Amino acid sequence: MEKTDQRKELKVSAIENGSVIDHIPVQSVYQVLRILNLTEYNDQLLIGNHLESRKMGRKGIIKVSNKYFKSDEINKIALVAPSATLIVIKNFEVVQKNQVEVPNKVEKIVKCFNPNCITNHEEVSTYFDVINKEDLKLRCHYCEKITAKDNMAFK
Amino acid sequence: MKNKSLVSINDFTREEHIRILDLAGDFERRPRQRILEDYVVATLFFEPSTRTRLSFESAATRLGARVIGFSEPGSSSVQKGESLRDTIRTVSNYADIIVMRHPREGSARFASEVSRVPVINAGDGSNQHPTQTLLDLYSIRKTQGTLNNLNIAFVGDLKYGRTVHSLTMALCNYNTTFHLVSPAELKLPSSVKVHIKERQLAYYQYTELQEVISKVDILYMTRIQKERFQDPMEYEKVKNSYILRNSMLEGGKSNLKILHPLPRVNEITYDVDDNPKAYYFTQALNGVFVRQALLAAILGVVE
Repeated sequence: MEKTDQRKELKVSAIENGSVIDHIPVQSVYQVLRILNLTEYNDQLLIGNHLESRKMGRKGIIKVSNKYFKSDEINKIALVAPSATLIVIKNFEVVQKNQVEVPNKVEKIVKCFNPNCITNHEEVSTYFDVINKEDLKLRCHYCEKITAKDNMAFK
Repeated sequence: MKNKSLVSINDFTREEHIRILDLAGDFERRPRQRILEDYVVATLFFEPSTRTRLSFESAATRLGARVIGFSEPGSSSVQKGESLRDTIRTVSNYADIIVMRHPREGSARFASEVSRVPVINAGDGSNQHPTQTLLDLYSIRKTQGTLNNLNIAFVGDLKYGRTVHSLTMALCNYNTTFHLVSPAELKLPSSVKVHIKERQLAYYQYTELQEVISKVDILYMTRIQKERFQDPMEYEKVKNSYILRNSMLEGGKSNLKILHPLPRVNEITYDVDDNPKAYYFTQALNGVFVRQALLAAILGVVE
């Protein structure tokens, strides 16, 4: 009974099976959708933004029915939403809850900040080694320059 | 090293660097060996660099190889709008190895990934110029008899000079003590210093050139370019502070040698040229031997 009551209060409806990405910074919700290719997703997708959060003040949340993310897939979003948690739902129950982690390599999603890098002039997928996870720093595999959090742009 | 591309100085291990220097020594003793007679070397210069191109072409020719290529993009399909990917794919059908200079950083790494044959980076924008680094190492070892435990000064533009960055990284393998002389605006960037700190090597920073001359084994001079300064007044203030004159060398050690990647503008006066400590023209000659060694090793005709 208690569970049902809780569900009623949810601003974004519960899903039966799938993944919930919670605690997304409000400015990053649409980026997260793009990074995870969810703009093309053709099953139930629930999005909430500017919801009240005890932890963050305001937050975004995305619920994706019938989709389970691999850890390297979900970790891509750590670049824009380091605070995010991934919750796995089966039969309306939380079966797993994990904090996202910054990956060791970043492919395709980030632009190299160096305007003279070959990746900004030819059709080449970007590829970075993450050299600092706390104070986010990515070293470009091509031009070897370091893209830091402040000048990070997403493709 | 057979079939291995050389894009960044760290693509080769310390042992491989040493092997190249040893081979270069063989070519210095016997520069004409027709061991590449059946080979075609492509030199693709997407931006002009007469010195580097001639050095490579001289190296290839002395080994008997045929050289094809272009010396500026205006005379190639690049002007018609061909992508770098397509140029490299096409040329790698015609040549056994590609030597490439390109104005964009990362172009050489990209080329090495789409090419069927190995690529030697002859400069990719402000990023890497590994053959310059190897010839610098060769020159240092040849004049000092060792690469280990030396005191090396870098003078001038330490912020933008890729030559300084790559050589600093390579020298971190040899317990070097670094003496860094530059105007405040052109100090060695932290992305390079981090390599020195990782190895816990000593480094000292100066703004006065005269201060280091008596302390070092190698004085590596570089050019300070006006366009590097945001404020032209700042350039005017420092432009004459990093000029080496013969009279300044009196207190130098007997083994002191002066290196410079060339071309120089005014940062070493002509009266230094006749001083036995001046080594920059021989340094340029050493580039041919080092490039012979690289071509031969990467094409696999020497072990």
